[in-house]
Amino acid sequence: MKNLTDLFLLFFKIGLFTFGGGYAMLPLLQDELVKKRRFLEDEELLDLYSVGQCTPGIIAVNVATFIGYKRCGIKGAVAATAGMVMPSLLIITLLAAVLEKYMHNRYVSYAFAGIRICVAALIADIVYGLWKKSVTGYGAAAIFAGALLLLGIFNLSAVWIVILAAMFALGLKELKRQ
Amino acid sequence: MIYLLLFYEFFKVGLFAIGGGLVTVPFLFDLSEEYGWFTAKELADMIAVSESTPGPLGINMATFSGFKTAGILGGIVATAGLVTPSVIVIVLVAKLMAKYKCNTRVQAVMSGIRPAVMALILFAGLQIGKLAIVNMLTAVVFAVLLASIHFWKKSPIFYIMLSAVVGIVLKL
Repeated sequence: MKNLTDLFLLFFKIGLFTFGGGYAMLPLLQDELVKKRRFLEDEELLDLYSVGQCTPGIIAVNVATFIGYKRCGIKGAVAATAGMVMPSLLIITLLAAVLEKYMHNRYVSYAFAGIRICVAALIADIVYGLWKKSVTGYGAAAIFAGALLLLGIFNLSAVWIVILAAMFALGLKELKRQ
Repeated sequence: MIYLLLFYEFFKVGLFAIGGGLVTVPFLFDLSEEYGWFTAKELADMIAVSESTPGPLGINMATFSGFKTAGILGGIVATAGLVTPSVIVIVLVAKLMAKYKCNTRVQAVMSGIRPAVMALILFAGLQIGKLAIVNMLTAVVFAVLLASIHFWKKSPIFYIMLSAVVGIVLKL
């Protein structure tokens, strides 16, 4: 039981100090899991990230589940994941309740108009940064263009875009093999 | 029953959103269109709040949109829905880890999904851009922000705070 509590607290702490996406968590994980606790080696952590990246779900949760499972089986996976999401649940719920009250205030709405521009700019920069890593050849470029087209013209849902892209890539691979 | 629907919809998001937390955004746009649980504008605000508060972006977004839709319990249910596929899939993968990592089919699928996810994120960004950039002034603010984000790499929280101040000063 002590191990489970430890896992919960460890990931609670990591969730509390992570801002932004799952990548922001990497240095924290390295510090806690590799340096302080020696649960893992550096390479193992990176492997874990690559698996977390290519399995369904957001990376942060995948990594927490994986480490929890490795330490204490399914119970560990649940404890680690619960720890990871707990700070979000507490803080966001509180904040959302407060914001609801002040959203109609003139200055709050000015601030959020500014912030929305910032969010658009942040996303633009992320797309630019990830472009080289994900659009790596003609096949990938075709998928990118096709997905954009399907989104813009047919308003296809994100779920279908992911399914179609996966099928297209598999088909392409089979074609190459033959 | 709103809670069941929330759980089901966020389970789907968790299952199909592959990668970092921002990947959940296009799926949430779909939800706002289909159910009208929150508007696109509210979604953009949620991203900003989620980026600048503790916790991984994807989880914050789920809690926030669940709360918007159905209060405190809604936030809990949506978050539980989001993480359930991860827990199931990762436990399975952990058992088969060695086989899974080297499977070239899995790699092919992943290399196909990545560019599609880029298109999804770009499209979500465009939708937020349309809401945010409404005249010359906002366009200029966008250009300046983008340039400083790109060349002067500070944390997103810094830019979110900065743009809040800019919004108040310029009365956007």
